[in-house]
Amino acid sequence: MRMDKKGSVDTVIECRHISKEFTSKRGTAKVLEDISLQVRKNEFVVLFGPGQCGKTTLMNVLSGLDGATKGTVYSHGQEVTGPGSERGVVFQSMALFPWLTVRGNVAYGPKARGFDKDAYTKKSDYYIDLVGLKGFENAYINQLSGGMKQRVGIARAYCNEPDVLFMDEPFSALDAQTRYLMQEEIMRIWSTEKRTVVFITNNIEEAVYVADRIILLTNCPARIKKEYPIDLPRPRDYTSKEFLLLRDEISKNMDRTL
Amino acid sequence: MAMDERRVKVRVSNLYKQFGDLKVLDNISFDVLEGEFLCVVGPTGCGKTTFLNSVTKLYEPTSGEILVNGEPVDLKKNNISYIFQEQSTMEWYTVEQNIEYGLRIKGIPKAERRIAVDEVLEMVGLKDYRKYYPRELSASMVQRVVIGRAFATKPELLLMDEPYGQLDIELRFKLEDELISLWQRTGTTVIFITHNIEEAVYLSEHILVLTNKPSTIKRKITNNLPRPRNVIDPDFIQLRNEVTELIKWW
Repeated sequence: MRMDKKGSVDTVIECRHISKEFTSKRGTAKVLEDISLQVRKNEFVVLFGPGQCGKTTLMNVLSGLDGATKGTVYSHGQEVTGPGSERGVVFQSMALFPWLTVRGNVAYGPKARGFDKDAYTKKSDYYIDLVGLKGFENAYINQLSGGMKQRVGIARAYCNEPDVLFMDEPFSALDAQTRYLMQEEIMRIWSTEKRTVVFITNNIEEAVYVADRIILLTNCPARIKKEYPIDLPRPRDYTSKEFLLLRDEISKNMDRTL
Repeated sequence: MAMDERRVKVRVSNLYKQFGDLKVLDNISFDVLEGEFLCVVGPTGCGKTTFLNSVTKLYEPTSGEILVNGEPVDLKKNNISYIFQEQSTMEWYTVEQNIEYGLRIKGIPKAERRIAVDEVLEMVGLKDYRKYYPRELSASMVQRVVIGRAFATKPELLLMDEPYGQLDIELRFKLEDELISLWQRTGTTVIFITHNIEEAVYLSEHILVLTNKPSTIKRKITNNLPRPRNVIDPDFIQLRNEVTELIKWW
C-alpha cells in the first residue's frame, strides 16, 4: 500500500508507466509492462518475484544503467537519463577489480571523481570498517571469501555516498549460512548508515527479513502483482509466527517460475 | 517411549577421512536403522558430502569401516541410490528412459523394466510426460525424474545430497511431501544431507549434527514430531531453533 502522495519530497526514486522491450532478429521480447512505483527516503524496498521475471531489468532501468522503452524514471523529481554516482549498485557477481586491493576497490569512485588522497583514504577506511573488514584494507580480492568479497562490494557502493543503493541479488552466490550472516550484516550496516535501498532477491526468507516493503512482480512480462508492507520490528526472527505467516502468504501468491 | 526395534541397516565405525593434510572426517561412528529417515546437518564445508561419498565408496575411508546389513558396503551387493546436489538428469534421454536407466544397468529384463517404470511414473506423477525430455520440463518435474530414477531400482539405501537447495519454498514443501510419501510406501532407508534446518526438522526421524572440519558428531537428535508436520507448530519451531543453535557460527 503506497502512502506517498505523488511528487512528495520524501520520494527519492519514482517511475511512471515503465515498459521495457528488447528487440532482436528473433523478434521483440516484452520484459516490463506498465510499472509505476515510488521509493521513499531511507526505505528498504525489495523487488521480489520468480526467476527470470525481469527484476534485474527493472533495477537497471531505475538505476539508469538502461533506458526504458516507455515511461520515465525520476530521481528527486528530476528525470533519470543515465547512470550516476547518486545511484550506487551492488552486483551478484560482485564485479570487483582483482588488480586492486580492498581499499583500492572501495576508494575507486571517490578517487575517480577527483577527491584527494587523504579524503578518499579516510572515506574508504570508514566504509571498510563499517562492513566489518577492518584490517583487510591491503588484501587482494582473491584472498577473500565470498562473504568478504560481497562486503567489499557493499563498501564500494556506499563509499560513493549515493542517494540510492541498488542491490541485485547480492547474496545469491553465497552459501546458505554465509547468506544468513550477510542478511544480518546488511541490516546492521543499513541501520548504522541509513540509505534508500532497492534490493532484489528471489529468496522469500531473505525478502521478509530485510524489507520495509516487498514489491511482488509477476512472471515475464513483469507487472506489479502486489505490494506488502512489512511492519515487523527489527532484528527479525525467521521463526516467529508473524514471519512464517508472511512468508507463507507471499510465496503462495508468487507466480510459478516458467 | 517405545523402544525402536528396527535392525541396524548401516553401521559407521570410527570413520576417518583425510585428503593429504586436510582432515575432513574425524572418528565418526553411528548407526542408521532399517527404514529410518536420517538427516545430516552441519556448518558449510564441514564434510557432509565427503561423508556421503565415503558411504558409497566414491571415496575410500582413510580408516574405519562402513557396514550395510552387517557387512562391508559393496556396491555390487548393496542396492544403493544416490541423488546429487547438481542436476543430474541425462538430457539426451526422455523421462522414462532416465527412470529406466538404473534398471537397464542392473540387467533387469525389458518386461520387468516396463512394469517398474510405469509404477514409478505413477508414483512421481509424471505418467503424461514419459516421452518428454528434461529440458522441456519445469525444475520440480526434473527433480521428480531424478527421484523417480533413484526409487526405480527399489534401493535399500537412498542417499540424498541437498537435492532441493535451489528451489523456492512452495516447490520445496511439495517435493518434501512427495518424498515422505515415497519413503513411507517403500520403506527405504534414507540419509539426507541439507543445510536447511527447517527441511531437516520436517523430514527426519533423527538429525545428526556435525561440527566444523575435522568433523565429528556434535549431537544426534531424535525427532518425534507427529506427521504430517507443521512448520508453524511451536514444537516444530523449538526443535528448529535448537538445531540452529547447535550449528550457528554466524
